[in-house]
Amino acid sequence: MARPTKEERKISIMTKALELFSKEGFYQTTMPTIAEKIGMSVGNLYNYFTSKEMLAKDLILYIANILGEEIRKINESPMSTQEKIEAIVHMYFRIAQDRPETIEYFLRVYLSNREVFQNCCEGMICVSAFVTEMMIFFEEGVRCGELRDQDFFSAFGLFMGYLGGMVFINGEKILPKPLESYEHSISENIYYALKSR
Amino acid sequence: MLSNPARVKIIWLQGITCNGNTHSFLNDPALGNFLESAEFIHHPLLPCKNTLKELVKKLPKSDILIFEGAYSASFERAGMAMETLLPALASKTSHIISLGSCASFGGIFKEGNPDQISGIVFDKEEEKGPLRAMREKVITLSGCPAHPKWLSFVIDMIVSGKKIALDEYRRPKELYGYLVHNGCLRNEYFEWKVDSHHFGTKEGCLYYAQGCQGPFTHGSCNKILWNEVSSKTRSGTPCVGCTEPTFPKSNLFSTKTYMSIPSEMPLGIPKRSYLALAGAAKSFHIKRLEERLIDDNA
Repeated sequence: MARPTKEERKISIMTKALELFSKEGFYQTTMPTIAEKIGMSVGNLYNYFTSKEMLAKDLILYIANILGEEIRKINESPMSTQEKIEAIVHMYFRIAQDRPETIEYFLRVYLSNREVFQNCCEGMICVSAFVTEMMIFFEEGVRCGELRDQDFFSAFGLFMGYLGGMVFINGEKILPKPLESYEHSISENIYYALKSR
Repeated sequence: MLSNPARVKIIWLQGITCNGNTHSFLNDPALGNFLESAEFIHHPLLPCKNTLKELVKKLPKSDILIFEGAYSASFERAGMAMETLLPALASKTSHIISLGSCASFGGIFKEGNPDQISGIVFDKEEEKGPLRAMREKVITLSGCPAHPKWLSFVIDMIVSGKKIALDEYRRPKELYGYLVHNGCLRNEYFEWKVDSHHFGTKEGCLYYAQGCQGPFTHGSCNKILWNEVSSKTRSGTPCVGCTEPTFPKSNLFSTKTYMSIPSEMPLGIPKRSYLALAGAAKSFHIKRLEERLIDDNA
């Protein structure tokens, strides 16, 4: 069997670290634990990531790129804004179900431990791929007359805060029904809250 | 090269105008030198060979016809309708300069009578003006007004027989190849997205909050300075995009946004790229750029 390339090794480290960070939290997960779980020496792990913070930064960039790419596909499709809202909600919940560690990481590590990211992920730099696509979604929605013109962050907070909150409640096993069964009503609520009057 | 480059023969004809380009021309510090090498067959203000009545009667030949102001077929000068006068003088000249935005695209005056008023070659962006068939000898110097040095540059180039590279609206690329944004002293504020919220301050970029058109307006206002010292953006007021066929736009001093995002991107910059860079730049707070350059209370 061929030896894995450095890039493949890096991806397997990130995959394991993502799982551990999102389950155990940033501070509970140590570099020796990550190294042990992937069968690598701690010294070798540092050849790939110079610190736990740098690993955490690469993970949020990776997740923001996944979300950004998904929203970009929706932005570039010939749907109405209302349909795009439904598609974004569906995509977000699907990722939360299929790859829960990504959204968990975003909510429980990135947003909850800002001090970890303050020296390498100022402001929105590490989530730029995702936020940029949301900006384009909102801008085009207003430009075509479907959405009401307002401050970007008022609309962004309403949309993403709502989705993040639902995934968080779902993670706490509080929701009485499966997450996907809320997709339509949530999409409708978001649309009615943001649509032009 | 003209037959007698020492005394280039110029006719300066006005359509519907506020005289802005004439006044701008009179502000050229090199006007004295210019007048030694030029002979005005007719000029509305300067001493010249022919009065307007004589001009209309003789319809003389010239080396350069400068047309200032907007065109309207029925507008008269000394009793002759412009639809007769302008083509007659144009056909007897070697070069035509469309001076200012009204002559070039219709400008401010077109707003009052959009169906009847146009530029001499262009009507806004469309090539529908009365001299469109003579377009090859027309050079456009749009601007409200055009800078006097833009005019003297073109006349010098014509007199010395040099080829002038032109853009799609027949504006000299040497003067209009740039954006007004080029050379703006506020570029560092633009890069780091530090906005100016007031007119007349030294600090901040005027693009986001004050409607500055510099990032999508062709012109050398920040390269060839006005009165040799300043420009709109340097003095703290936004560029109003006066060299473009879209001038005048409405709501000139506010930036149209959709959900806080400018509706018009800097020229040629894809929206996605601009937003990614702007978002990154806004993530940093640069203390030096957020402070007054000169603190009055220090």
